[in-house]
Amino acid sequence: MNVAVTKDKLKPADFASDQEVRWCPGCGDYAILKAVQRTLPDLETPKENYVFVSGIGCSSRFPYYMSTYGFHTIHGRAPAFATGIKIANPELDVWMVTGDGDGFSIGGNHMLHVLRRNVNLQILLCNNEIYGLTKGQYSPTSEVGLRTPSSPDGSVDTPLKPLVFTLGAGARFAARAYDTQKTLPEILKRAHEHKGTSLVEILQNCIVYNDAVFDNVLARDVAAEKQLHVEHGKPMIFGAEKNKGIRLNMQSLTLETVTIGENGVTEEDILVHDETNRSLATLIADMDGRDLPVAFGVIYCNPAATYEDGITQKLEAAEANGKPSLDALLRQGHTWEA
Amino acid sequence: MRVRKLNELKIKSDPASRKEVSSVVIRFAGDSGDGIQITGSRFTDTTALAGNDLATFPDFPAEIRAPIGTTFGVSAFQINFGSRRIETAGDDPDVLVALNPAALMVNLARLKPGGMIIVDSGTFTDRNLKKAGYLENPLEDTSLEAYTVLDINITKLVLESVKEFGLSQKEGLRCKNFWVLGLVYWIYGRDRSDTVDWLRRKFAKRPDIADANIAALNAGHIYGEASEVGGLTQLYAIPAATMPHGLYRTVTGGEALAWGLVAGAELANLKIFFGSYPITPASPVLHALAKMKQFGVKTFQAEDEIAAICSAIGASYAGSLGITSSSGPGIALKGEAIGLAISTELPLIIVNSQRAGPSTGLPTKTEQSDLYQAVYGRNGDAPLVVLATHGPSDCFEVAIEACRLATKYMTPVMLLTDGYIGNAAEPWLIPNVADREAFPVTFETTAEGFQPYNRDPDTLARHWAVPGTPGLEHRIGGIEKEDGSGNISYEPANHQRMTDLRRDKILNIANDIPEQTVENGKTSGKLAIVGWGSTYGPISRAVDNKLAEGKEVSHIHLRHIWPLPKNLGELLRGFDKVIVPEMNDGQLKTVLRDQYLIDAQPLTKVTGQPFKISEIERAIDAALEN
Repeated sequence: MNVAVTKDKLKPADFASDQEVRWCPGCGDYAILKAVQRTLPDLETPKENYVFVSGIGCSSRFPYYMSTYGFHTIHGRAPAFATGIKIANPELDVWMVTGDGDGFSIGGNHMLHVLRRNVNLQILLCNNEIYGLTKGQYSPTSEVGLRTPSSPDGSVDTPLKPLVFTLGAGARFAARAYDTQKTLPEILKRAHEHKGTSLVEILQNCIVYNDAVFDNVLARDVAAEKQLHVEHGKPMIFGAEKNKGIRLNMQSLTLETVTIGENGVTEEDILVHDETNRSLATLIADMDGRDLPVAFGVIYCNPAATYEDGITQKLEAAEANGKPSLDALLRQGHTWEA
Repeated sequence: MRVRKLNELKIKSDPASRKEVSSVVIRFAGDSGDGIQITGSRFTDTTALAGNDLATFPDFPAEIRAPIGTTFGVSAFQINFGSRRIETAGDDPDVLVALNPAALMVNLARLKPGGMIIVDSGTFTDRNLKKAGYLENPLEDTSLEAYTVLDINITKLVLESVKEFGLSQKEGLRCKNFWVLGLVYWIYGRDRSDTVDWLRRKFAKRPDIADANIAALNAGHIYGEASEVGGLTQLYAIPAATMPHGLYRTVTGGEALAWGLVAGAELANLKIFFGSYPITPASPVLHALAKMKQFGVKTFQAEDEIAAICSAIGASYAGSLGITSSSGPGIALKGEAIGLAISTELPLIIVNSQRAGPSTGLPTKTEQSDLYQAVYGRNGDAPLVVLATHGPSDCFEVAIEACRLATKYMTPVMLLTDGYIGNAAEPWLIPNVADREAFPVTFETTAEGFQPYNRDPDTLARHWAVPGTPGLEHRIGGIEKEDGSGNISYEPANHQRMTDLRRDKILNIANDIPEQTVENGKTSGKLAIVGWGSTYGPISRAVDNKLAEGKEVSHIHLRHIWPLPKNLGELLRGFDKVIVPEMNDGQLKTVLRDQYLIDAQPLTKVTGQPFKISEIERAIDAALEN
């Protein structure tokens, strides 16, 4: 029997590596790094079991700045590496860090499959709606019309909505936050607690190539009117006056913003967040800050069997009869003496 | 009982009427849906159990069910078996079984002059003849005069033989392959009981289908026994071959490779993680390993070739033996990830079941044209180990060697096999894994002084520290690293040093592999035939034949393609001439010229078919005459 050893609780600083952080001053990734380093000490995982896996891009430098095990892999393929790591050793606590280009452009196929397989890991999607490391080209989440070096007349690509994609791929956990959000560690803890693939989209400001792109939602003067922080079992109410809410239009099966106390609307009419309801989650994940606010928090959490558990079960069933001998296997079937 | 007892199925020995021959080549051919590959594999097992040596060549189209009766839908299976050592599936068949006109059209040119043709005349309808491209029925004109033709309405006879089972006409005709197998068994004096056993097992849930096929098998046999088959003037006997003493089984390259990987992982004391994406002709390895979960083998069918290798690298990082497998087009997709495994110095085995290229090429046809890709095919200076297997049972040995080198030197190993080797079968003296020398891996566990790029001074391999080990937390990745610490480094001198280290680590492996030996012939002289991979059979037989004629020629066959054995240059310089037969446009030839500045001459063939012995013999004669 192993004897449980009580260690002093680790501090955020214990999760910082000795490497100098090389993101641009003011980059949203700093805040995300700090939030992760604040989160890990509160989790049960032994430090040596954390593995941070990333692809290529600004945010993918993340593992170098953590004092955990880390693997900075190749562009877009982090989900495949993370899957192999997790299948090889399900005890490991795997966190994947990616960006909108890495995760949804070059790596879109792998993202789809890691989500549908439900491998038990956390995916932090740092979405800054731009290619940073390659110097500012439009990304798959950039708005139509964005002028960049590769779209001097404005991009004509329709942007992808990461959380809608995530839910469409069959993921069992989807959340949204922004880089400097004080409650980001709480959302990361929920993601960690969920057994299965947990994707957290983090709106991340790129101060050099796409500065203030989320100001229409995050700026202090609009925040209350443009942000809906959802909580399971609570009505979807927002606004500076806490009098706005989300209602389901039964005719069009779409969501609409209503004001409590106007046109006969009462709190009874406001949708209550149910994080286990995929249809509802898909509707609120799609809200984009135009007619409807942008939803933050745990949008969907509905656990199901994990991929690596399925593999382990098949293996255990095959091994149930004891370890066989390869020599015996080679001698099965038709053999003859010469 | 409809079916006679097994002991009644033993061949009635009638040595007086059987002519003893030392080897026979039979080519079974028919439509893709005729069950030709099953016919071939049943004949193979029965022949192996009869004690013959053998080699097979399954030759089938890429289409699963091409339109019935067309030439491009013809599937074939060739077997060479005999009482002497058999090295190849045979140059030209002695017997051609053609179950439809298209099979005759496609395969007749290969048949030996005077050879035997067994045809199902029931399929020689106007419609089928036209589909096959015949203007006249070859059974009715003089075009087959040079051959012995057994012209039998098998279609009609097989339906009669299975009538009592109440099958549909379509199901009844599916028994045709076993009818013809029964006839061929009679001609060559083969025992039917193994095939009957196989049918009972295969159709355990459909006993009516098993009974019908057994009835068809027996009917074909009885037809041979009882009737005066027009043209069948001779029966044959092939005595058992003299083989080294021991226990044998038949094995295909795909099976031997899978088992060799499991054996190698056991010897390394690691668990296998096998990440793969289905591709012809590599999939049999995935299928074989997916059935070996009882050995702790984890197989992962990834979403694409890239994910397959990346998951395997991830698994190696986490302490498993990561393996991926594909064919040329898939290997091309894996190129970037192979570079990462080289840069992060993680063990990895990449199996390439080569097929004819470029691009999609000829998926089911064999070629050896990925040698450049294996040795050179990555961005940057990216050396790895390249091994090549030369035949089905050799796959077992090469797979173990791949496991040994990958783990000992913390490097990717490319294992080259090909579609021909993967699907071909041969008798195999079953090895004893328990007697092999183990090469267990030791993971780094000491935190004091640990750095991820600390190296073993002898092998230059970095230490392998796996996640979950307290105190050894570290970061690796594809950006150039500082030797020792593994930290990102853009220092010019460091990149030079790391490039040199990666090269030297691989070249140093030449000191840990056997020196190159000569398979047959003298160790110096007029002519060396240097081969690699599946050209082993024809080169071996051709050199043997020419040595018997008193010619001065030697056969050298490479298993280690990179690094090359350290004595190879000196060995080759001992020959006046060097010829390199390859199923490509001359790739090993280029490497040998580059490495040793010798005048290696190419002998190339890219028809999708293996070399014939006679083609190599002619090259030997020509080289020695000049």
